[in-house]
Amino acid sequence: MLSRRNPQLNKNGELIHLLSIEGLPRAVLHQILDTAGTFLSVNEREVKKVPLLRGKSVFNLFFENSTRTRTTFEIAATRLSADVINLDIARSSTAKGESLLDTIANLSAMHADMFVVRHGESGAPYLIAQHCAPHVHVVNAGDGRHAHPTQGLLDMYTIKHYKQDFTNLTVAIVGDIVHSRVARSDIHALTTLGVPEVRAVGPKTLVPGDLTDMGVRVCHDMAEGIRGADVIIMLRLQNERMSGAMLPSAGEFFKNYGLTQEKLALAKPDAIVMHPGPINRGVEIDSSVADGRQSVILPQVTFGIAVRMAVMSTISGNNA
Amino acid sequence: MSTLHLDAEALYRDLVGGVRGLLQPDALLVGIWSGGAWLAERLQQDLKLGGEPGVISSALHRDDFDKRGMSAGSGQTRLPFEIEGRHVVLIDDVLYTGRTTRAVINELFDFGRPASVTLAVLVDRGGRELPIHPAYSAARMTLPAECRLSLARGDAGRFSFNIKEGE
Repeated sequence: MLSRRNPQLNKNGELIHLLSIEGLPRAVLHQILDTAGTFLSVNEREVKKVPLLRGKSVFNLFFENSTRTRTTFEIAATRLSADVINLDIARSSTAKGESLLDTIANLSAMHADMFVVRHGESGAPYLIAQHCAPHVHVVNAGDGRHAHPTQGLLDMYTIKHYKQDFTNLTVAIVGDIVHSRVARSDIHALTTLGVPEVRAVGPKTLVPGDLTDMGVRVCHDMAEGIRGADVIIMLRLQNERMSGAMLPSAGEFFKNYGLTQEKLALAKPDAIVMHPGPINRGVEIDSSVADGRQSVILPQVTFGIAVRMAVMSTISGNNA
Repeated sequence: MSTLHLDAEALYRDLVGGVRGLLQPDALLVGIWSGGAWLAERLQQDLKLGGEPGVISSALHRDDFDKRGMSAGSGQTRLPFEIEGRHVVLIDDVLYTGRTTRAVINELFDFGRPASVTLAVLVDRGGRELPIHPAYSAARMTLPAECRLSLARGDAGRFSFNIKEGE
């Protein structure tokens, strides 16, 4: 019989790579969130470093640009005492025609222990995980439109921090969902953690119809979408991924789906506003909301370091 | 059927006296998660020290991380005070190889430089693999490697021992 085991888990069901939140058991997600809580306090110590990845080499392979994600991965790895090698891969070997697997084989020969991979093609981190040595771990830092699991986990950590319990929440994800790997990872995480109502809010061109299959309520009307919500996750309008006329204009989008104080007033009074960044002020979110008392956008960045420390230490401590 | 009988409550009463003898003015109690933390919690009250004791976890400094990974539910360090220049008394339930003690000393120093660190334990079971020696132990014995001994806390906070003497 063919093995249908999730490639992220070893035979004991322990996490060895983080490629996608889809298919991960609830207990694994909770374990990472609990571990992240431990690491959050490390950032407040006099010595902001623990030796768990001492002697390990973490290679950041960013085939697509990123500042926040790459930097927070780098901070997380160095706080775990790993050696971090940043490769500006988009401008090096690949540009000279080297294949992805040849690049990985060469870096493995340099004794890499972990690859943190961002790639424009969905599935690239899976390919790497299938072809690297058994002791090497892979973290997906965003692949195409497919998944961005550490962002999904840090979003869950943020929600847990402010709301404690997932099982009584209404979460609205607003904006450019069709291009968003963050939205997909968030939806998988929220449904796995037992959130009873997840809404996808946006225009028909940007909210895929198949979302209802994922247990999500699709709303094309902004007021309906955020009314009574506990958590609002705004997404960036991804101009660089947009081809063709999916939107009349950014101004029109802001009028209908941009989060303003007036629209936010429809949500619960203690609702939190999240955004994976970078934010486009005046496109998907008004400045007064982004900087307002309900915004937790900057805490998300801080939590992101602890969550990435938790992911890297968890997979590094589990053997294939 | 266990042949080893240890009265945890009787040993705890001895520990109270032993720790009292170790306390310098200004000393801080820090319990090693989990058994030591339970002991420190009760010692803090019985010795009328006021405030809360610290809790320290070995999880981030363990030398067997490569073999065991991040264990779920391994506790979290919580020191509700500054340790810089203070006399710290570490409390643990069972002292065995000394590796946990080594790890928590490293953990402690991530928060500052204490004036001194002392160790008091309920049971010293021998088998040390590092040069670590407690300043006080309520009981000393030599147990075989296959024997597993740990503190349990029952209803109303009463202590007992979990003893597994191997196959």
